[in-house]
Amino acid sequence: MLIEEDYITEEGDFVVNIGPQHPATHGVLHLKVWLDGETIKHIEPHIGYIHRSIEKMSESLSYRQFIYVTSRMDYLSAHINNQACALTVEKAMQIEVPQRAKVIRVLMAELNRLTSHMLWWGCTGLDLGAVSPFFFAFREREIINELMEDTCGARLTMNYMVPGGVMADLHPDFQRKVKEVIAQFKVNIHEYDQLLSDNVIFQERVKGVGYLSKEDAISFGCSGPTARGSGISCDIRKLYPYDGYENLKFDEIIEQGGDCWARYKVRIAEMHQSMSIIDQLIDNIPEGDFQAKTKAVLKLPKGEFYQRVETARGELGVFIVSEGGTTPYRIKYRSPNFSNLSALPTMAKGCKIGDLVAIMSTIDLVIPDVDR
Amino acid sequence: MSREELKQRLSEICPSVTFDETGEFLMAFFTPDVFLTQMKELRCATDLNFDYLFCMTAIDWKDNFTAVYHLSSTPFRHALVVKVKLTDKENPVLDSVAGIWKGANFLEREVYDLMGIRFNGHPDLRRLILEDDWIGHPLRKDYADENMIEL
Repeated sequence: MLIEEDYITEEGDFVVNIGPQHPATHGVLHLKVWLDGETIKHIEPHIGYIHRSIEKMSESLSYRQFIYVTSRMDYLSAHINNQACALTVEKAMQIEVPQRAKVIRVLMAELNRLTSHMLWWGCTGLDLGAVSPFFFAFREREIINELMEDTCGARLTMNYMVPGGVMADLHPDFQRKVKEVIAQFKVNIHEYDQLLSDNVIFQERVKGVGYLSKEDAISFGCSGPTARGSGISCDIRKLYPYDGYENLKFDEIIEQGGDCWARYKVRIAEMHQSMSIIDQLIDNIPEGDFQAKTKAVLKLPKGEFYQRVETARGELGVFIVSEGGTTPYRIKYRSPNFSNLSALPTMAKGCKIGDLVAIMSTIDLVIPDVDR
Repeated sequence: MSREELKQRLSEICPSVTFDETGEFLMAFFTPDVFLTQMKELRCATDLNFDYLFCMTAIDWKDNFTAVYHLSSTPFRHALVVKVKLTDKENPVLDSVAGIWKGANFLEREVYDLMGIRFNGHPDLRRLILEDDWIGHPLRKDYADENMIEL
């Protein structure tokens, strides 16, 4: 039963505003930081600079339209956001998705997770003073983005997954290109380790910094690599499998450290797991339809539906309250970044202000997902 | 804990609880007056141990506001949806659970900001997303803004 007392500014406190326009905040996040010398005493996150009221907007959009808005929430895992919405509608209407569509979805989601983790890795390096990782990460990311463009027609906001399956069939070159890029990345990921993971200067910056205890991580509702770095088993793909994850062999990566280094290691290991999932599926895409036959106008039955998926950052939940009409009565996105950000003041308390950048980059914040 | 066991255990804690089993999760309706003590019991009872508040929101119905808490337990993996109906549409007030789950601090601020439910005992109840001088609560169904365009 802990209530953290309101923070009262003492005489001699130095208050620094970081953001909303600051390269290390990865978006328009504004942190008000109370400092004692260089040590952080308290942090107050101010969000809302990119609030687009997606939840309110969705109330006037049909069940086919609202999915497209969600690509703009966590734009680095747009596929997985779309997947969550499609799964919710399918669950409510009991639409049976063809096997081929499920496999395509998982493939796309894992490729998306890879690109997201690559960008995170590059930015972490950049934030901590190493410029080369950014270019290394974008080398592979660019190839996967081109591959997405072939099939989905877009590079970032894909809007590829629709209720009942996926929007279009795979590009004829998809399998060949995916195999090429994965084979290449399996070689290149060792460069990632050489550049950053084994770099003593980098390790010194992240080890023992930004500690989040297991109890706090649970209490704050953290999820994804942030929580798994604190030793919590919370991979939705394992706990509540969807779209055929139950048939795949992969490990849930858990580290006990709770610091930035643990979160870093979780994400690097997850890239290996994503590649293993893609390996298992790429040669086994079943033939058949890529989309189930659905009515032109979707009507959800009266009731409440909750579906969760594992995005690159954690658990994304879609909560739809339906009155039986063609638009949702109320829709709520439980976004992983929102809960992870709320744990930031606890993580950063007592750290140096320079470490704040390391903590923020290992939580992997995407601000549009916080604000929605 | 299975759904039946959970129902029985909840009836022991709170005799006035009512259930709705239409959804994926078991839904329990609590009354606002004893809400806080019951939530504490859900968190602290060793056999329930609902330690993970993974989603919290509110719904604006015609005659009430309904606060919705999605709870689960990391050791036991059972889940529960707690709902509280606030019939006072003019001035909805509910006890804060920020002292039980730390994550509720931000979640309640968001609900207060967008839905206008006040949380008693919240350590820092200010608007989270919108500006401090914003008028109204946008997620309410009767919210109107002069800049809104009727499509």
